[in-house]
Amino acid sequence: MAYGEKVLDHYENPRNVGSFESADNVGTGMVGAPACGDVMKLQIKVSDEGVIEDAVFKTYGCGSAIASSSLLTEWVKGKTLDEAQAIKNTQIAEELALPPVKIHCSVLAEDAINAAVADYKQKNG
Amino acid sequence: MSEQLEKPIYLDYSATTPMDERVVTEMLKYMGPESSFGNPASRSHSFGWTAESAVETARKQVADLVGANPKEIIFTSGATESDNLAIKGVAHFNQKRGKHIVTCKTEHKAVLDSCRQLEREGYEVTYLDPMQNGLIDLKVLEDALRDDTTLVSIMHVNNEIGVIQDIEAIGKICRERKIIFHVDAAQSAGKVEINLEELPVDLMSFSAHKIYGPKGIGALYVQRKPRVRLEAQMHGGGHERGMRSGTLATHQIVGMGEAFRIAKEEMVEENKRLLKLRNRLYDGVKDMEEVYVNGDIDHRIAGNINISFNYVEGESLLMALSDLAISSGSACTSASLEPSYVLRALGRNDELAHSSIRFTMGRYTTEEEIDRTIKLVRKAVDKLRDLSPLWDMYKDGIDIDSIEWAAH
Repeated sequence: MAYGEKVLDHYENPRNVGSFESADNVGTGMVGAPACGDVMKLQIKVSDEGVIEDAVFKTYGCGSAIASSSLLTEWVKGKTLDEAQAIKNTQIAEELALPPVKIHCSVLAEDAINAAVADYKQKNG
Repeated sequence: MSEQLEKPIYLDYSATTPMDERVVTEMLKYMGPESSFGNPASRSHSFGWTAESAVETARKQVADLVGANPKEIIFTSGATESDNLAIKGVAHFNQKRGKHIVTCKTEHKAVLDSCRQLEREGYEVTYLDPMQNGLIDLKVLEDALRDDTTLVSIMHVNNEIGVIQDIEAIGKICRERKIIFHVDAAQSAGKVEINLEELPVDLMSFSAHKIYGPKGIGALYVQRKPRVRLEAQMHGGGHERGMRSGTLATHQIVGMGEAFRIAKEEMVEENKRLLKLRNRLYDGVKDMEEVYVNGDIDHRIAGNINISFNYVEGESLLMALSDLAISSGSACTSASLEPSYVLRALGRNDELAHSSIRFTMGRYTTEEEIDRTIKLVRKAVDKLRDLSPLWDMYKDGIDIDSIEWAAH
């Protein structure tokens, strides 16, 4: 299938690939399932002021899933937790020009940031 | 990976093949205004006679490759039509005897969907589970047979994993019970020795475009002694002894004949060459961690290797390997997100099914292409594993199956 330019760019040069050591100021979200063909792991490092200082990801999945999570790490940096959670899958899908069969990849990215924030809040509740 | 210097390397010969130049040359003799373009059914002039003679030559060429009598070869539009004709034709003709059919879960969709249609018409179908290596357990087959079973349909060579079924043994079991045995040989003709004079097979489907012939033409072998009877699915002028009406596509048939003639002549040598290429490819990647071959490695055609690169998703791998024309058992694009039903039927877990790549080599594959393929595959798998959270977990010794994943 043909991929959009932005998907290809993120796929060829994924941003912020990696992992953080487990710590109180790190929130981790892992969503998806191997059986479904995609698993996203998103980690955020949160400052004392509640701002996301850094974000990294690792994704097992198709090119659109990799691109969605790569883009997400760029977008959440510098945002507050609330602002990050306000990111909608439709924005990701639009930015990457995902075709209808790939919308679930952007949904997974939205799930990932919510899960990462929830994990952080649970640790620092 | 973006350096697209040349055309992608074609390693999808099980999907289709280019026509051999010799095939193209033969076909051109039956197309233009100056050619022998006549309708083989025209009995009143030389245009028809010449075309008819060309069709009969091709019929013999097809029959010769598989040890059949030319009178047992019915031309169709392809293996899909042959499968439909064989399965529905036999089931309908024998419905007073019984309405039970046995096939396997790893069959081609042309067989499975023909069976589904029969189920809608009130037939019962048993779909056998193959063993983990893709082969049919004869005991399981025997246990599935009933007094009202009229047809068993099992493919000779699987299109995804290339495994070769023991059709002789299966045929014997069917013969003992007077059950008609159909074999889909779309992926085996010209690649595996077939001698229908001796094989206990009643019906066999063939395709031309899998062995360097044209698309849109195939054949069904219908045994004459003892005579296998079936109900026609296409009605009209009574062509092909009433079993398949429709004007014979002379040029297509001639192309199929030439392709089968070449296959008979070159099959043994070609298989030796393909086996070397396949082993070269597998040897080039098998030292990587978590690499699995899908399907039996010994009972397999020379030109096929199907490999799962664990913890790497197939579609992203295809994307990284855009310089290769290959196919994956992953189906991230489909609405269901179901990976290959063939690999699932082998009992492969979903991750491995999602991680599978089929490489199929053929007449025009070179050693240089295989070497380049090995390099590209290794690079892509390494890159994607660096991106994969599942790979990290594997490396950390975490059992992925022990995690409760939220399926979506």
